Amino acid sequence: MIQIIKIAWRNIWRNKLRSFVVIFSIVLGIWAGLFIMALTLGLNEQRMNGAINTYLSHIQIHNPDYINDPNIKSYISQPEQTLAALRQNKNIKAFSERTIVMGMVSSSKGAYGVRLMGINPEQEKQVSDIHTLLTSGTYFTKFKRNPAVIGQKLADKLGAKVRSKIVISFQDLNNDIISAAFRVEGIYKSSSSRYDEYNIFIKRDDLNRLGHLNGKIHEIAAICPSINQVDEVVKSLQVAIPDSKVQGWDEVAPELGYAQEMMSSVIYIFMGIILFALAFGIVNTMLMAILERRRELGMLMSVGMNKIKLFSMIVFETIFLSSIAVPVGMLLSYLFIQYFAHKGIDLSVAAKGLESLGISAIIYPYMPGHYYFSITLMTVLVAFLSSLVPAKKALNLNPAEAVRSI
Amino acid sequence: MSIITTKDLFKIYNAGSEIEVRALNGVDLNIKEGEFTAIVGPSGSGKTTLLNIIGGLDQPTSGSVIINETEITNLNANQLIDFRLHNIGFVFQAYNLIPVLTALENVEFIMMMQGEPQDLRQKRAKELLKAVGLERETNKRPNKMSGGQQQRVAVARALASKPKFVLADEPTANLDSKSTAQLLDIMANLNKEEGTTFIFSTHDQRVIDRARRVITLDDGKIIADE
Repeated sequence: MIQIIKIAWRNIWRNKLRSFVVIFSIVLGIWAGLFIMALTLGLNEQRMNGAINTYLSHIQIHNPDYINDPNIKSYISQPEQTLAALRQNKNIKAFSERTIVMGMVSSSKGAYGVRLMGINPEQEKQVSDIHTLLTSGTYFTKFKRNPAVIGQKLADKLGAKVRSKIVISFQDLNNDIISAAFRVEGIYKSSSSRYDEYNIFIKRDDLNRLGHLNGKIHEIAAICPSINQVDEVVKSLQVAIPDSKVQGWDEVAPELGYAQEMMSSVIYIFMGIILFALAFGIVNTMLMAILERRRELGMLMSVGMNKIKLFSMIVFETIFLSSIAVPVGMLLSYLFIQYFAHKGIDLSVAAKGLESLGISAIIYPYMPGHYYFSITLMTVLVAFLSSLVPAKKALNLNPAEAVRSI
Repeated sequence: MSIITTKDLFKIYNAGSEIEVRALNGVDLNIKEGEFTAIVGPSGSGKTTLLNIIGGLDQPTSGSVIINETEITNLNANQLIDFRLHNIGFVFQAYNLIPVLTALENVEFIMMMQGEPQDLRQKRAKELLKAVGLERETNKRPNKMSGGQQQRVAVARALASKPKFVLADEPTANLDSKSTAQLLDIMANLNKEEGTTFIFSTHDQRVIDRARRVITLDDGKIIADE
């Protein structure tokens, strides 16, 4: 078999141009496939991380009624017990209490429905990165009376800038309409323009005072040391506070969880399609190689090369070609992905569309290591399967005819 | 002692159709060990078909081929491959060496397929290349050798497996006079000194002149055996 392997290896260098074309097409296929996969994964990862870091957090706790009807009266019924459970749980890194009211914001340019997020700024900094996303102004450090931090898109619609006055109205616990003037202290811009358009941050104390809420909590957002601990923590907290609804990020925003799961499958389907196309290229080229060498193959069969050896020789030739191409393709893809993972790919031209989907305009491709391994296996398998067609063709040659062919 | 016997050999292509071709039309033949035989005849007379059937590369429509008491027409495809490997040496018109192997490796190749150990096959390959006058060309690949040299490597390769006989299909068709003479000298010597049986199909008068037996085919029948 060593001699067969030796011949197969030398055979692939008989027609260097053809071999390089096959190698190049495999390299290109792997590179294109992996890079698009990395781009897709990076896009999804950014979308997910953006959502978690900005507004989802890892875990959210609500009154069970709040899930279906985010009503001002659906506050957490046993806040002390809930907060104690959070403090006692070693896997809770930080949490923030939020008082949330639906309301209306108006300026001289118009009035818009919004969600008022009453927060303790220092607590909120632990679970959300809004304070790092300011495009102008400050984050609850300058104005003492009724400061508000609003999203860029809402600011644009309201025609508001830092220091602009806006009027916020909402219904309090007694169903009375409350209106109060707030001053824009900061304007943030997250990866989701829809979020920016709808959410206004104000101090929880201000909201409590104005809405006579007496420290009611509608939502607690919590962060674990790692996203992998979320499921376990959700289970333990739910046991500790059965009257509240404890949800992981993927339950709060199931579309993100599904997207993550779906992406794993889509990636393999996508790569499968690329490899399927690649297989045709390999089959075609190897069939050409067989037809060109009919006389030689006829001679080998005539002098007594058995079918297993002939078959192995053709299969080895294809496997050698892919064995050269796969590491090159993988290395090229790795370098390319690493480069853009640091530098990012600027898709500012499509920024509006991307931001409406909660995706930043700069995409950072991302590819976990295990994908390289599984794609390598898939490519080698496809190369092997592609070699079966030409190998079978070689076996079907009639040695007496092949040996006299031109 | 007969090494090859054919009995009432028929080979009909496209049997029963309008374009039926009777390539062999009842060939009875005996070839003894140590013969130096040329099969001659015009194009389409059945020379190559007869050689292919004797060599186990093709099956007759009817009749039998017995080689050293083995009726090869009863063997299946895999048995035939194995039989060819151990019993028959082939020399082809277009040399048909493996282009990616050196002369030495080409000669070794058959022994490698027979499972001979490396030291033994290298020793024999070198001896054979010396016998065909190519001891200095052992490391050359076919594309670096002349047609005559390539055909001498092919003869060495054919003899490497110690076959019962060598079938040579138009071995001099692509060679010039000098190379033809050299090749015929080598094969005649091997026949004389080592008793190797050679069977040629040929048009070449120079080969016919050196043969000790000439079988003439026409329309698939033996019309002369001298």
